[in-house]
Amino acid sequence: MSQWIDACGADEIDEEDLIRFDHKGRTFAIYHSPDGEFFCTDGLCTHEQVHLEDGLVMEYEIECPKHNATFDYRTGEALRAPACVNLNTYKVKVEGGRVWIEI
Amino acid sequence: MTTRDYSMTGEDGRRAVEVGLAAAQWYHTDIPRKDMKELMKRSDGPAIRDTVILFACMIGFAAIGIALWPSWWSAPFWLAYGVLYGSAMDSRWHECGHGTAFRTRAYNDWLYQIASFCMVRNPVTWRWSHARHHTDTIIVGRDPEIVAMRPPALFRIVMNFFGIFDAWNGWARMLYNASGRIHPEEASYIPDHEQPKVIRVARIWVAIYAGVIALAVGMGSILPLMAIGLPRLYGAWHHVLTGVMQHAGLAENVTDHRLNSRTVYINPVSRFIYWNMNYHVEHHMFPMVPYHRLPALHAAIKHDLPAPNRSIREAYAEIIPVLRRQLAYEDYFLTRDLPATAKPYREEFHAAMPAE
Repeated sequence: MSQWIDACGADEIDEEDLIRFDHKGRTFAIYHSPDGEFFCTDGLCTHEQVHLEDGLVMEYEIECPKHNATFDYRTGEALRAPACVNLNTYKVKVEGGRVWIEI
Repeated sequence: MTTRDYSMTGEDGRRAVEVGLAAAQWYHTDIPRKDMKELMKRSDGPAIRDTVILFACMIGFAAIGIALWPSWWSAPFWLAYGVLYGSAMDSRWHECGHGTAFRTRAYNDWLYQIASFCMVRNPVTWRWSHARHHTDTIIVGRDPEIVAMRPPALFRIVMNFFGIFDAWNGWARMLYNASGRIHPEEASYIPDHEQPKVIRVARIWVAIYAGVIALAVGMGSILPLMAIGLPRLYGAWHHVLTGVMQHAGLAENVTDHRLNSRTVYINPVSRFIYWNMNYHVEHHMFPMVPYHRLPALHAAIKHDLPAPNRSIREAYAEIIPVLRRQLAYEDYFLTRDLPATAKPYREEFHAAMPAE
């Protein structure tokens, strides 16, 4: 049964950047896109489980800091080797200046 | 004294996984996120400029070499062309493989394919091998790109200045793959679904080489091979000269790049050929930073790194005695002092390392 979780303030993430959010033993990456939208994926790269928090956000892509694997963080699609498996994505809403994710 | 098994399917690799050295957490110097984002920022400009210069020089040197052929006056132009083909393409292969040279992914991919062909490195196989090199840098039995194993194969290293082993192995592997086979070592790090691509590329390359050889036979001259194929031999020396400096003589089986990688200040021409990979500790610690930002990254973190060697000559003055000593005592390696401003090496791994 999924539920909405208050993850962070909308102003805590710069545009074209991400932050890490940990909850009950799971870890997520929350993104702020260049056009002001928010997105959420699993926090670990599907290649070798490196956390994406230190990665580079370029437009709608996140690049893993270890091997430069790239994903579309809106859909989770793996765009560049060595990642071959897509990231899981989660619904996001912004209410009262807070970012909520459904997990 | 420990005997090492550097194969990807051997006992050392198995043990590295068992003790947690494989895919481990590595030391990173602290850099504020804001500064890191600035350093990681991609652009096409520097790599387009360098690529135009590179290809213009290659075309120019080859044209003069062909015009003067078969006179010995053509030799200097072939040597210059060869270094760009057999050495500069090594760094282009490397940077474009990381996807950091250009901002535009297609540009990285195009240059990566050309550079892979020049270096006789299957672009699929070597993308995965290099990913492993970054996951498990100089971890015995895990890193498939260790150049100076222990005891060091000095004859092999010297011969590789002329591409003797690396290039011939590349061509032999190309024929092996073109026959529809994947070597068991390759299969240990290339996912199953990528393996058909290895075979497809190898077959395309065999067709290209067959065309060049047919042209050479038809002309009754090695001239076509002077332009395609042989430069991998006569131009290899610079990439081996700079490549050996990256890790030789330093620690194995550690998770701190300051212990197993080397930064060396080198001349501007070599930096162009090598695309700034002389900042090698910095590159391994932060592989997201493009080659043209590595000097800035170096300036930002040098307080936390061992002092760089000040020249290629100084680096080799440090490396050669260590390699010679490793011939007799292969557990020996060099640990460089850190400046007072640095965080200390991770003591838990010091304790696990063999004594000097």
